[in-house]
Amino acid sequence: MTEFALLTGQAFNGISLASILLLVALGLALSFGLMGVINMAHGELLMIGGYLTYMMLQVLPHGIGYLFGMVAAFAGTGIFGAILEMTLIRRLYGRPLDTLLATWGVSLIMQQGARSIFGPIGDEVTAPKWLTGSLNVSSGALMGLSLPVVRMFIILLSAAVFGLIVFIILRTRVGLLVQAVHQDRDMAEALGINTRRVDLAVFALGSAVAGLTGSALALIAPVTPTVGQNYIVYAFLVVILGGLGSLLGTLFAALLVGIFSAGCQIFTGVSTSDVLLLLFVIAFIQFRPRGIITISSRSLEGS
Amino acid sequence: MARLERIAYPAALVLLLLAPVYLGAYNLALLGRFLAMGILAMGIALVWGHAGILPLGQGLFFGLGAYGIAMHLKLVALAPGEIPDFMQWNGLDALPWLWVPFKSGVIALVGALVVPSALAVALGWLLFRRRVGGVYFAIITQAMVLAATTFIISQQPYTGGFNGLTDFSSAFGFSLIDQRTQVGLYVVTVLLLALLFFTARWLLSTQFGKLLRAIRDGENRVRFLGYDPAPYKVAIFAVGALMAAIAGLLFTLNIGVISPAMIGVVPSIEMVVWVAVGGRESLSGAVLGTLLVNFGKDKVSSSFPDLWLYLIGAMFVLVVTVLPEGLAGIARLLTSEPREESRKTLVVPVILPADEPAKNSKSRSA
Repeated sequence: MTEFALLTGQAFNGISLASILLLVALGLALSFGLMGVINMAHGELLMIGGYLTYMMLQVLPHGIGYLFGMVAAFAGTGIFGAILEMTLIRRLYGRPLDTLLATWGVSLIMQQGARSIFGPIGDEVTAPKWLTGSLNVSSGALMGLSLPVVRMFIILLSAAVFGLIVFIILRTRVGLLVQAVHQDRDMAEALGINTRRVDLAVFALGSAVAGLTGSALALIAPVTPTVGQNYIVYAFLVVILGGLGSLLGTLFAALLVGIFSAGCQIFTGVSTSDVLLLLFVIAFIQFRPRGIITISSRSLEGS
Repeated sequence: MARLERIAYPAALVLLLLAPVYLGAYNLALLGRFLAMGILAMGIALVWGHAGILPLGQGLFFGLGAYGIAMHLKLVALAPGEIPDFMQWNGLDALPWLWVPFKSGVIALVGALVVPSALAVALGWLLFRRRVGGVYFAIITQAMVLAATTFIISQQPYTGGFNGLTDFSSAFGFSLIDQRTQVGLYVVTVLLLALLFFTARWLLSTQFGKLLRAIRDGENRVRFLGYDPAPYKVAIFAVGALMAAIAGLLFTLNIGVISPAMIGVVPSIEMVVWVAVGGRESLSGAVLGTLLVNFGKDKVSSSFPDLWLYLIGAMFVLVVTVLPEGLAGIARLLTSEPREESRKTLVVPVILPADEPAKNSKSRSA
């Protein structure tokens, strides 16, 4: 294996990690940017998506079954998110720290619920045939490089979801409402926009994306009750780095974190690279305390 | 309320000091451990309840205090030239340099308190100076405790890894197995708790305490009045870290073990819920909440291990939505004492932004 191939492989790993982080962080960034809500149960939404896919594959044949699993994960988790918003999160608007604690409670209940239903051991979701195997380079400068198809699928999925969300926000009427509420909630309300419904829609969309992500993550690792915990803290770091709910910022931040981690792991182990990542985030905040992309606003205390 | 306090606090102190007389060894050990955690909880009440900074990584400071003393206890048990058992298993043949100073009890004690406080000052200074607060700060503290625990687990030859440090025999010349040492430790814990309780109360009654609450309720207004909030926030965050470290130190002495599982992300956020249950602004509430939640956990999880996570999850949700002032809020309702702040606050609704967090939670509970 050539050195160049090793570096390319590590760059691929970085982008792969970035694509996962982007998928996980998108929903968080949407609800954080719009409502100032920190959803600690977001990781458990991934878990729901994973289990929904797993259950679909129990009844449907493999191959086509996985596609239905993704749809079920998207829709089911979206509905769950909508219920969560209507019953709990709505009561806590304007109290971000309290939302954080309350949703943490929800996540504990959901983890234990999953443990009671599915057991503590992971449930395997076998990837359909068209997602197994890997792309191998056997000659030339990149000799020895091996790119798993699943990883490439997740990168494509992540790009597609990001594109779709950007399209919705920039080009549709719903997106226009979301932008209006994001920029000035009071003014949007005064103009007759039902901000509560916009909040609900955004939260449900963010949850649905989380469910879809969970479905994709089930291809790489077994679904466990604590699967969400593996990603959630990194996703939050991405949201912090990206700036208050900026989609483009989230994209850059996910790439930054993914490539930084993969780069560190050329030299050190995973745990040391975690420590370095955190130091990097703290150092980065010294220069841009409000994240990569900030929205200038005249309001004094955030938006 | 004030008159009630004059009777209640000395009574509680006497009751706690007499616990070795009326409690069995098992429950006394539990109580000692939980009271140590109560010190940490008071720290959270200061940082979160009064300064409005939600710390989700207190486990790290707790752990640094705990590991500091645990390293010393581990070394004390050795014959000269020997190294701890787990280091031998992991193929080390000499004591790592980081461990060498901890041969001295004094250095270990000082280190266990100074290192966490210094770390808190550094972190606070870096973040508060750049006006990183609120949710951002909370999440960074959580990431910090996550990074620290994975790091500790990965460095098994130097830290004992996942199993942590245990098997202590004596501390400062006292045998830890001796029941008298246990009672002595318990009394020391109670006295330290009382001392820190009154110190914290005094701190809150000073100008400093008043500024903390002002920063919590309107940081920008404090800025406009000519104060820089950052040093105050750094200071109180360091005080909270110091109290967590003291708790970690006492906890390890009481229980005889420390491991990453006790200081990670989940324990750290559970510490916040103790305080939330007791009432985030109330020091006595924080201690009471710690005792209540932990004794509850001990009783429930021994007979119904699955139920406990549901319960604590529900506790998070309920305390935040229904009872933001915790037990202390109920106590105030019962004694019908109006909030001190609300009597003094002049409400001018016109200039307040509509979605200011502090105001919303106040107006609902007042």
